Amino acid sequence: MSARVRNVRAADLEQVAAIDLEITRVPKPEYWAGIYRRYGSGRRQQRFFLVAEAAGRIEGFVIGEVRDWEFGSPRCGWVFGISVRPGARLAGVGSRLLEAICGGFRRLGVAKVRTLLARDNPLILSFFRSQGMMAGPYIPLELDLELELDPD
Amino acid sequence: MKLQKNTLFALYSVLESASHPGRQLSAGEIARKYRISPHHLAKVLHTLAQAGVVESVRGVGGGHRFSGNAKRLTLIDVIGLFENVAAPRARRQAAGAGVERAIGTVLAEIDAMAEATLRSITVATLLKLMARQQRARGR
Repeated sequence: MSARVRNVRAADLEQVAAIDLEITRVPKPEYWAGIYRRYGSGRRQQRFFLVAEAAGRIEGFVIGEVRDWEFGSPRCGWVFGISVRPGARLAGVGSRLLEAICGGFRRLGVAKVRTLLARDNPLILSFFRSQGMMAGPYIPLELDLELELDPD
Repeated sequence: MKLQKNTLFALYSVLESASHPGRQLSAGEIARKYRISPHHLAKVLHTLAQAGVVESVRGVGGGHRFSGNAKRLTLIDVIGLFENVAAPRARRQAAGAGVERAIGTVLAEIDAMAEATLRSITVATLLKLMARQQRARGR
């Protein structure tokens, strides 16, 4: 059965959190409540929280937003969460979710979509690559805060 | 990252055969297209056949055809048949002290990014990229 992509509803949140839990094994109910408040309810403006539903069940979700002038970048779409229930994979659900959020970004006049991925997660990296995404002009950096900052 | 000749020839062969699924390509055909030695290429194709990436068809009109799963086979799977991609990183991370170690850390960072990139790109993804580039050139 083909999944239908639509905006998230409060009643979907439990299933969304369950998909995330199945994949990450880390329960985070407060996080999901906060994400729903910011991205799924009220005036969403430039924010998207979409779900894929098939036969009354949530099979996956995608979350993102339009970001303006972050680190000098002209406004672009940011996808910071996408997951598909493991049992529902390889059926195009992820592609449809990404296509839907990109459609939302386009309607807001955005011409570029970005995401940030763990390089040791080939599954999700391969998914985004298969959708045509390439390395962007930014490099993610991090600092171990246990180290002293260099005074220079 | 610099790939060895054999590895590059293997990637050419895999992509050529995967872009013509079902069709048998001779070593000579691929060698002519990429201006490489057919003798050298035959050895590369033998390794690919042993790994099940291509299938050898003997006899008149024989050749090689793609027999892998284009959606699952990644560039690192092919590269790994010919060279050890992880070796330079491991060597660099373990190397010496002081300057040597600091430079090794930076080079290992670059290697890790290259490896992640190669691990994330399947043959099917690369074929899609080729098609997009061809369409863009045609515009």
